[in-house]
Amino acid sequence: MPFSLLKYGLSGDYPFEKHPDLPQPTKLKKHYDVVIIGGGGHGVAIAYYLAKYHGITNVAILEKGYLGGGNTARNTAVIRSNYLTSEGVKFYSESVKMFKKLSNEFDFNIMYSQRGQLTLAHTDAAIRGFRQRAEVNKHFGGRTELIGAKEIKELVPTLNMNPGHLPVLAGLWHMDGATARHDAVAWGYAKGATQRGVELHQLTEVTGINIVNGKVTGVETSKGTVECGSAVQAVAGHSSLLAAKAGFRLPITTYPLQAMVTQPVKPFLDQMVSSSALHCYVQQTGRGEIVFGGGSDPYPLYNTRSTLELKESLLASAIEMFPFMANLRMLRQWAGITDMTADYSPIMGLSPVENYYLDAGWGTWGFKATPICGKTMAELIASGGKVPELIAPFAMDRFDEFRQVNEMGATAASH
Amino acid sequence: MRLAAPMGLLINRNQHVTFKFEGKQYDGYHGDNIASALLANQQWLMSRSFKYHRPRAPLTMAGHDANTLIQLGGEPNVLADRVAPSQGDIIEGQNYSGSLENDRDSILGYFGRFMPVGFYYRAFFKPYGVWEKWESVIRKKAGLGKLDLNFEPEYYDKVYLFKDVVVVGAGPAGLSAALTAADAGASVQIVDEHPILGGSLSYHRFDLEGKIADQTRSDLVAKVEAHPNIEVTLNATCNAWFADNYLPVIQGKRMYKVRAKECIVASGAFEQHVVFRNNDLPGIVVCSAVSRLMKLYAVKPGRRAVLLTGNDDAYFTALDLYEQGVEVAAIVDMRAQGGAQSVTAAVQNLGIKITLGSTVYEALATKGNKHIRGVDVRAISGQGEVDAQSNLIDCDLLCVSSGFMPSYSLLCQAGGQLSYDDETAAFNLSNLPAHLHIAGSVNGIHSLTAVIRDGERSAVDALQNLGHDVASIEPIECDKQTNFDWPIFKHPKGKDFVDFDEDLQVKDIINATRIGYRDIQLVKRFSTLGMGPSQGRHSALPAARLVAKSTQRTVSQTGVTTARPPYAPEKLAHIAGRIFDPVRRTAMHDRHIEMGAKMMPAGNWQRPAFYGKPEDRDKCIWAESEHVRNKVGVIDVSTLGGIELRGPDAAEFMNRMYTFAFLKQPVGKTRYAVLTNEHGVVVDDGVACRIADDHFYVTATTGGVGGVYSDMLKWNAQWRLDVDIANVTAAFSAINLAGPDSRKVLEKIASDVDLSAEGFPHLAYREGSVAGIPARLLRVGFVGELGYEIHVPTSYGEALWDAVIEAGKEHDIKPFGVETQRLLRLEKGHIIVSQDTDSMSHPGELDLGWAIARKKPFYVGGRSVDIVMARKQTRKLVGFTLPKGSAKPEEGHLVLSGDDISGNITSCEYSPTVDSIVGLAFVSIDQCEVGSKFEVRTDNNVMVNARVVKLPFYDADGKRQEL
Repeated sequence: MPFSLLKYGLSGDYPFEKHPDLPQPTKLKKHYDVVIIGGGGHGVAIAYYLAKYHGITNVAILEKGYLGGGNTARNTAVIRSNYLTSEGVKFYSESVKMFKKLSNEFDFNIMYSQRGQLTLAHTDAAIRGFRQRAEVNKHFGGRTELIGAKEIKELVPTLNMNPGHLPVLAGLWHMDGATARHDAVAWGYAKGATQRGVELHQLTEVTGINIVNGKVTGVETSKGTVECGSAVQAVAGHSSLLAAKAGFRLPITTYPLQAMVTQPVKPFLDQMVSSSALHCYVQQTGRGEIVFGGGSDPYPLYNTRSTLELKESLLASAIEMFPFMANLRMLRQWAGITDMTADYSPIMGLSPVENYYLDAGWGTWGFKATPICGKTMAELIASGGKVPELIAPFAMDRFDEFRQVNEMGATAASH
Repeated sequence: MRLAAPMGLLINRNQHVTFKFEGKQYDGYHGDNIASALLANQQWLMSRSFKYHRPRAPLTMAGHDANTLIQLGGEPNVLADRVAPSQGDIIEGQNYSGSLENDRDSILGYFGRFMPVGFYYRAFFKPYGVWEKWESVIRKKAGLGKLDLNFEPEYYDKVYLFKDVVVVGAGPAGLSAALTAADAGASVQIVDEHPILGGSLSYHRFDLEGKIADQTRSDLVAKVEAHPNIEVTLNATCNAWFADNYLPVIQGKRMYKVRAKECIVASGAFEQHVVFRNNDLPGIVVCSAVSRLMKLYAVKPGRRAVLLTGNDDAYFTALDLYEQGVEVAAIVDMRAQGGAQSVTAAVQNLGIKITLGSTVYEALATKGNKHIRGVDVRAISGQGEVDAQSNLIDCDLLCVSSGFMPSYSLLCQAGGQLSYDDETAAFNLSNLPAHLHIAGSVNGIHSLTAVIRDGERSAVDALQNLGHDVASIEPIECDKQTNFDWPIFKHPKGKDFVDFDEDLQVKDIINATRIGYRDIQLVKRFSTLGMGPSQGRHSALPAARLVAKSTQRTVSQTGVTTARPPYAPEKLAHIAGRIFDPVRRTAMHDRHIEMGAKMMPAGNWQRPAFYGKPEDRDKCIWAESEHVRNKVGVIDVSTLGGIELRGPDAAEFMNRMYTFAFLKQPVGKTRYAVLTNEHGVVVDDGVACRIADDHFYVTATTGGVGGVYSDMLKWNAQWRLDVDIANVTAAFSAINLAGPDSRKVLEKIASDVDLSAEGFPHLAYREGSVAGIPARLLRVGFVGELGYEIHVPTSYGEALWDAVIEAGKEHDIKPFGVETQRLLRLEKGHIIVSQDTDSMSHPGELDLGWAIARKKPFYVGGRSVDIVMARKQTRKLVGFTLPKGSAKPEEGHLVLSGDDISGNITSCEYSPTVDSIVGLAFVSIDQCEVGSKFEVRTDNNVMVNARVVKLPFYDADGKRQEL
């Protein structure tokens, strides 16, 4: 038993009470230096780094629902950096490095679990793409290899090597691939931010953005008006709707993305395994549940309803990959709302409104970027709009300039 | 020992079933479930809890709790109180170390204080790096059953059904609703998860005499079974509600996918437990569980019982127990005022003691917490508070009921809102979508006559929606109170479980709120409340009450939890059904196999890669390519996409879709058709044939045709042009006959087409008959030789192949595969869209400027193409060579410029014709000059210097294809 538990166990009724993770709710102040719209992982991470590295603590995080209740709560917690473009790989690699140290930094275990991620290639076209991704990753120091069928069989002996009549020809083996307790990431950031003086206001919806002479001056909320020096929106799934309140359009189309989880069973699968052709992704959580994810729903929608069609096709693919899972029982099915960009990369940086910053377009891949996005966005806000080099390629105007950072092929079912 | 008939409604005492549980043989009857057969043999212990490994036994006997999860052969997490045993079954407990009876991990129960809620967030990570070691230890403790990794999927299937009315739940409300709807002429399906009709009528006592339930049940069942409009589906679970009453109903090894015009949910209510210390001991059950045990399975649940209640139902249970010879030691009624006078008198007349305003404060256990041996009863002194004075009562059975929570799952999945009245402790479901109705106890109606009437009312609502002229029934009122508002008694020593699945105690819930997790959703996520296999059926209500109190709010303010599909855990096999993995084979498939082809997948299609042994791959490809270059070869190109466009606006439509100009394309000519998307990126290509003024036939890539076709439909939904678009890929089979001798071969079998160079020049289109088969002929030169694509109706595909092979014999015709075709086209510098293009490639980078009609007003992506081609280009697709014997770059290898990545290899092969390594690569704009060199990093970091050359590599003037 670790010493910390021994200490806690002997120290009274509930040992953690003296140091609550989150403070009691308070009233909104009239003015904040920075207003962060959205209390998901990204929003609280921005607040945390603003306070930690830039000494900016007169900050309010405004959350419509509860802390981390949007896509932070709904994603399948994949952490990886095996992207295709130089810009993408550099950015996400930095995130993976930060994730590894978060538990100790927070003094709160996010249960970071480096399992490795394996993506299966069933066609020679997929092999070509995977080889390129492996090469780009290695170029930037990542641990990613193109491996053959024999090595795959050794790595995941329970895998069907011919799922759905699609032979497994090769795989992209990303050793840095990992998972973590997604909620804990948001809580850890919120804890660190609020301990430094940031205010977290849950059940506080932003209903309008106040702009004077092209410059943000405050926001309207369900609990009254708040003035601010600058504001940032980090509201995955609703980015376009909020941007519309600020008076501009985002190049985003919004689709539901569904996932599902089984009853817990004893551990048998370490790696996260996905198939490029079957659009299916499989992982076993620390609790023993099997999580399945797949492609987005086929049509745009702002709704988190589940559908039978997706469940049928996704679970059929899962059984193709791991036939014995036919006997496993599905426990829960849910959906998130994803803001897709045309190039499957995020939109970070400046907006048409002065001092109003964008953290949007995270599609299905936002969770894995939480630390680095928080850190660079905080830098951007603290500097009054000087865009850090790492996120410069992800500016919104790239769509006007034909400078897309195309990660379509490197996203697919792996998220 | 079983009770005498009429107890045991479900069992057949003449048919025995024997099975093994934990190595010991048990005898049950046909009709038993595993749990009832075990309980009949006094085997209560069935599982160990998730965290503390506490002994657990059935709570509901209805498959509603997770205490009965057992391992049935290779299948984990099977509900023992839902599944019937089969002769010879091998059944085990789950989640123990050693044996179920003596679980070494049960010691974890004593370390509870070291594992407060969320303890794992506080520990195991200091110093940095130590978590990796702890993780594997902790992971092994997680999970319940073991999955048989060698299990082979069995046959499961699906059936579609369409009904006017589906009634979920065959209790009194469901049956009366079904009869009312069916009497009016509607087609009705009743779905119930139990093996017989009747719901609570089959086990619950509704009156002092104990007669009305049986009478009502036999009356309703007889009418339902005789009704021609009613289909009954038992042992079946309506496991979700999807939009527009799309209902997956799981029964046996089948999933019915039912579309119901109207759906009536009469799913009943879950009886709720009481929270006190050791409330999870085997021998503590909800009242309805003992009623089910006795009435349905004739199992005597104990010798001496205590009942703990907040409503009158337990009094009826006491009568049942008494009549079946179970000594009733006491009724402990949490209500200060007690129950109705008539029921009170009835039990008192039997000498049963009633203690009002009291509760069980702690259950006392036999050694190892194996079973209840008594209760510590105390007077309630305030909300959740008790007096110090304790009254010990011996018992081996404790039946509890704090009230009922509606079985809300389907309704909340449909968007229904569950609200709670903090005064009356009653629930209400509102905001249901149209065509979804609710009846009976799920609707908060509890007295039998009202329940039946409520069923009729819901059916009338449904009938009116269906257009029947029936008189409305006013909403039914029911003043019967069933819920006690605070059945939670925190104990300083804990083990007062709120959530059995996750071993969560009262303090765990309160503590989560005290450290800041105040929202019910945060409590749930922090503590894992309700995340277990029973999905919070029993924990949602006490947890909501605790969170509300701890955060000074009402339950209506905190809310309960959300419901997500499915209602009950469902096997993957049920949802997947007969897995449909189509493989597409061309009409010539068998011929390829006969000729020794090595097949390869291309999407769903199977195509010949080359002809010969896999180990001779390179040799075969080189030989095939040499044959095409010098003699004649034939390749099956049936998988090529084919789209047919007909109508007055066909040319206008083509002109808007593709980059080239098509308005003035002459009939009888083909044209290269490049498709760009709205970003100006090349996404597909093909050949457009103009068959008539109003008729085009355009090919698309094998992998791309599905997308091209749906894009066409999407665009024309906006344009509304007068054109019909059809994907005819599967309707046509095709071959490409290529090589200097191809004309001679074709001349032998195509009698009615002038094949001369003048009569049928390069890029022309003709129709005629080939070996008597109606054919479309395209003179195209993808592989760079004189060649003909011949498209025929698929039914003639194999005949065409045979005819061409036969006609080609004297010219030594040989088949060639896809890999050979790739080499041949590479030698000609022809790109393959998606291989030599990526999601950023615009026509300028690919030197496709010639295929763009700049003067036309519009085509999809045109605006982007104009903008991007006017900008400074950053990269270009170029041809390159490397000397034979050099390390060969693979497709996907990187092109470097100093330390930076400047591009990548898209195609690369050794060409026997050119006798060097040839390829295509994206390079930066300053690397693209012909004659310059660029660096490529190949496998194992071997660097090679490739030289940029002018394309094509072979037959620069294109004379061979224009012969």
